Amino acid sequence: MAGLALKAGLRDIFLEGSRHVSELGGYATISGSEAWIDALNLRHKELNDLLREVASQGARDITVRNVFGQRYIGTRLTTVPGSDVNLKIYGTAGNDLGAFLNGQRLTVYGNAQDGVGNTMNDGEIVVHGKAGDVAAMSMRGGKIFIRNNVGYRTAIHMKQYNDKVPVLVIGGTAQDFFGEYMAGGIVILLGLALSRDKNHNASYIGTGMHGGVIFVRGNIEKSQLGKDVGIYETDDRDLEIIRQYSGEFAQRFDLNTEDILQGHFRKILPLSKRPYGSIYAY
Amino acid sequence: MIGLERKSSERYLPDQGREACGLFGVMNTSGKRFPGNIAISAIKNIKVRGNGLGGGFAVYGIYPDYKDYYALHIMFENKKRDVKTTVEKYLTENFNVAYDEQIPTNPQVSLFHPPLVWRYFVTPEKKGDERNFSDDEFVVDKVMHINTSIDDAYVFSSGKNMGVFKGVGFPDEIADYFLLDKLYEGYIWTVHSRFPTNTPGWWGGAHPFSILDWTVVHNGEISSYGTNRRFLEMYGYYCTLFTDTEVMAYAVDFLMRRQGLPIEVVSKIFAPPMWDAIDQMREKEKHLNTTLRMVYGPLLLNGPFTVIVARHNEMFGITDRIRLRPITAGAKDDLVYLSSEEAAIRSVAPDLDFAWTPHGGNPVVVRMNSTDHLLSMDNSI
Repeated sequence: MAGLALKAGLRDIFLEGSRHVSELGGYATISGSEAWIDALNLRHKELNDLLREVASQGARDITVRNVFGQRYIGTRLTTVPGSDVNLKIYGTAGNDLGAFLNGQRLTVYGNAQDGVGNTMNDGEIVVHGKAGDVAAMSMRGGKIFIRNNVGYRTAIHMKQYNDKVPVLVIGGTAQDFFGEYMAGGIVILLGLALSRDKNHNASYIGTGMHGGVIFVRGNIEKSQLGKDVGIYETDDRDLEIIRQYSGEFAQRFDLNTEDILQGHFRKILPLSKRPYGSIYAY
Repeated sequence: MIGLERKSSERYLPDQGREACGLFGVMNTSGKRFPGNIAISAIKNIKVRGNGLGGGFAVYGIYPDYKDYYALHIMFENKKRDVKTTVEKYLTENFNVAYDEQIPTNPQVSLFHPPLVWRYFVTPEKKGDERNFSDDEFVVDKVMHINTSIDDAYVFSSGKNMGVFKGVGFPDEIADYFLLDKLYEGYIWTVHSRFPTNTPGWWGGAHPFSILDWTVVHNGEISSYGTNRRFLEMYGYYCTLFTDTEVMAYAVDFLMRRQGLPIEVVSKIFAPPMWDAIDQMREKEKHLNTTLRMVYGPLLLNGPFTVIVARHNEMFGITDRIRLRPITAGAKDDLVYLSSEEAAIRSVAPDLDFAWTPHGGNPVVVRMNSTDHLLSMDNSI
């Protein structure tokens, strides 16, 4: 019975019923280097096909309206030569926004869901709202700025190599397992909306972390840290990094950098760069 | 009565129950009934979370003319007439059947292997010692009998003034098939889009799962299924539908109806705080949480999950304690929404007053004429 149902009933929900890009002309308007797309009733593949099409035709400033959860927005722009595409997204961006992004700039006016910037390599994602779980997952380059809060497992497995140093700045607070298994990169948690007497939300911060750095502005108890990390005062070089990226954050959201810098920053670092060295011995 | 009679339950253990389903629920907290278009449109928005092997709805407030009768939705899997005769004989022996009919379906919607689904509006006819038991206990016992002892017959739902409609297909197809947007109005709608990977995609295995007026829709995998099921068998609940989620429906009936616990306590049983978090609690809270883990340990739900549970006047959503499956809540005037994705809520309510994602294990409790759901905004994002 089960096998039969699988054979007779299984569908390809991502592709089934998707229209070819040649049928989607009515959803897009192009004028010179600008383009506008109405994403209402467009499926994931249709929207991403259309984005690639208008970019291929020369559009560089693309505005997408009525986004209701379409996934992978921007991912397929990486197949268009040149990375100078600016994408403005109005609505609720779906999962894996800007996954594998490679140089393009995405700005969301609304909230983003899970997996923002999944494995992105270069470029920038700005979210004028909150992001869901696993934001900046496996990120390996570029910058992400989230104005409000983020969910669970933010920056999980973020990494860096030589000049590829990903940066994530969050204006609000985070939920649990912040920086889990982090292996590189710079994460800054600003806590701008936290009241003075309140701690950041996250527990198990930096569980399994073995590289990179997390800067935190606002209260955090030692009991909120995972057992693989420690919390330290910042030095001048740290403050320089914080000043630079807080400034970039403030500029994106029209805030005052000095107000942000008045807070007390501390940094979270891994206690060991090879926590599993004794487990995977050879 | 429950537990006195020894019954054998089907010893089917799914290899794994990994799923990536789509959930949506909406409740009008002033009790005003509304048609199905909100739930149907919202679940269509997250169509990619299912794969067409299961969809279903639970609707509350749909049978006002029969609101004092238990509404039994019964599926006859292979449409065998003699099975229906057996069930009806059993029903007339134990109930006064006020009215029954085939649940209307749309013949133009073609689904995979549809069973015959019939509804019976009944009141218990208790005999002898049965009079010592409440109507609810009596109904649970009879439902368990049909599910375990009559082949090819399964009770989809057994509450008053509510019903479950489910099957193999995308939820919008199930809605079309059962004419949900045309025939019914309710004040709570929950809906599920299924993506079964390791358990059968069959009509009985679609969500919601239900007992009395409890319904559960679930995304995830209850890896403690075996432990949970054995514990519930001691109390007369038998799992027959080949899917892990079934234990949730019986667990909420056991904990909330029979044991009288509020969801705020039950959530600490299903998704208890970690021991190191308990260690840091104040004495009274520590005592409560330690006691719950000792008494109800076998009902801890392990593995990733998000569920939306409903009964009359109440709907709640909860995730596992480290939130391995997503949930978002939204509120606009009297309507409160729960969903796997914020986009599904926004697609039917673009101008929400609030949209938030609670902390893992922290329930969003939506109650009639209350704003309790807003309490879950604490520590939310």
